[in-house]
Amino acid sequence: MSDLSQPRAFRPAATEAPWARITLIIAVVAVLVVLLFAPLITVFYEALREGFGAALATLAEPESQSAIRLTLLVAVFAVPLNAVFGVAAAWLITKYSFRGKAVLITLIDIPFSVSPVVAGLCIVLTFGANSWLGSWLVAHGMPVVFAVPGIIMASMFVTFPFVARELIPVMVEQGRAAEEAALTLGASGWRVFFTVTLPNIRWALLYGVLLCNARAMGEFGAVAVVSGKIRGLTATMPITIEILYNEYSSVAAFTLAAVLALLALVTLALKSLLEWRYADQLAATHRH
Amino acid sequence: MGQPFVHKSPIPGLGLSAGITLSMLSLMVLVPIAALLVQGFSAGVPALVSAVNTPRTWAALYLSFRLSLIAALFNLVFGVVLAWVLVRYRFPFRRVLNAAVDLPFALPTAVAGIALTALYAPNRAFGQIAKDWGFKIAYTQWGILIALIFVGLPFVTRTVQPVIEEIAREVEEASATLGATRAYTLRRVIWPMLAPAALTGFALSLARAVGEYGSVIFIAGNIPLKTEIAPLLIVIKLEEYNEPGAAAIGIAMLVMSFGMLFIINAAQVFSRKRMANV
Repeated sequence: MSDLSQPRAFRPAATEAPWARITLIIAVVAVLVVLLFAPLITVFYEALREGFGAALATLAEPESQSAIRLTLLVAVFAVPLNAVFGVAAAWLITKYSFRGKAVLITLIDIPFSVSPVVAGLCIVLTFGANSWLGSWLVAHGMPVVFAVPGIIMASMFVTFPFVARELIPVMVEQGRAAEEAALTLGASGWRVFFTVTLPNIRWALLYGVLLCNARAMGEFGAVAVVSGKIRGLTATMPITIEILYNEYSSVAAFTLAAVLALLALVTLALKSLLEWRYADQLAATHRH
Repeated sequence: MGQPFVHKSPIPGLGLSAGITLSMLSLMVLVPIAALLVQGFSAGVPALVSAVNTPRTWAALYLSFRLSLIAALFNLVFGVVLAWVLVRYRFPFRRVLNAAVDLPFALPTAVAGIALTALYAPNRAFGQIAKDWGFKIAYTQWGILIALIFVGLPFVTRTVQPVIEEIAREVEEASATLGATRAYTLRRVIWPMLAPAALTGFALSLARAVGEYGSVIFIAGNIPLKTEIAPLLIVIKLEEYNEPGAAAIGIAMLVMSFGMLFIINAAQVFSRKRMANV
């Protein structure tokens, strides 16, 4: 009974016992390995199952090439448009006082609580050939549904709040004083925006754009509904993955999936870098 | 005579920013959702109800909401524990783990879907283990549940983490010096502080799971009445050119999602009020 002769080791009161801490860490790591890392590794394992050359060869196929081109095209339209919207909405919400602001913020957030499939359905019902707007558009040679504009709109719908949500908390925190000072010194409205506001929100803007881009390039549910899945024409990378997978072209499907997974990893790396390097200029919830 | 609709402000750009915001919001979100409601209600409420009121639709809605609730509950508990471990404990690769939590946000759902299926299908890595233990994961409700847990994983952790960082250690020390056990402090001091944020994350996770499509359809097997989720049923109706039927299910999903969010919001207000009274 040597315990009795020695004083008990000091243990801080405001933490868990060491055995509890170690158990929790091991449990959490185990769950994350099974749930997150195993699927990620599977993507690359399945893509490289027949070797690196076979994977690269599937990327050179015209079908993959056109899917990659279409996905980039969609992002080129959807992301800047949503960035403009996000900046305008954040400016409106944070620089002025008006009635109904809470309602406006709620409306902007709607796409987060709507299923992507329902989002696609909404676009089909608005712009599809059976709606009056859609039939007019088709008659004038500008089809939206089962065509590229519909895919861009579907991608925009699901990523609509991303940029605004990142900017609003940052701009609320920064207030209006700097802009007002610049105005009293005689700067024009655009000059105030580009020399005072934009430098203060650029990292938050980049953060929002990064998340918006990752989601826009990877969107599946909403795009699946509006695209019509025409190979070589309206099949984005995620849609092509589905087509190839259902045809049992496993290596080709997983190779495209690996490209998107690499994009996801780059996004995560850049996001962590922003959180680490510019934490003070991001929304408070991202400061770890 | 009351407040003006817009307070006067010296900052320019009101017209421009309001114009861009309202026109894009209308074109992208409000008009399409209005089109869904108009299409759904155009034939009258009885037609809407009868379109939803089939065994197959009920089975799909019930499956989607039941499994989403279970997945969100798992993510609530695990998310709080994960947030606690990431903020409070120091261990190797903590930062990597922290960054990896957002993987389900960044990884396209179709990629997650085929990866999970490749893992859990019978005779594949995890599927074989499950088979040896005598049960099947892919192409059953278990597979759907795993996909829904995957897509909802980051929400609770990301909402709770900042709150844990803000907790003053003195509060816990005070609780300990007053004779509370650690478990008691966690339950009566820490949890009430985390509860509102955890509920927000729970609601987000639930909303995401109910509407999830891409990661589920590959692993689900999609057998009507058994493993067919509500969003898939909308896709099937659209492929049959049955737009009114698709709109009816879409409206049912919207109503149920907003109803759940309303209940969770009410619970949040309640827990905040309780906090204020303590």
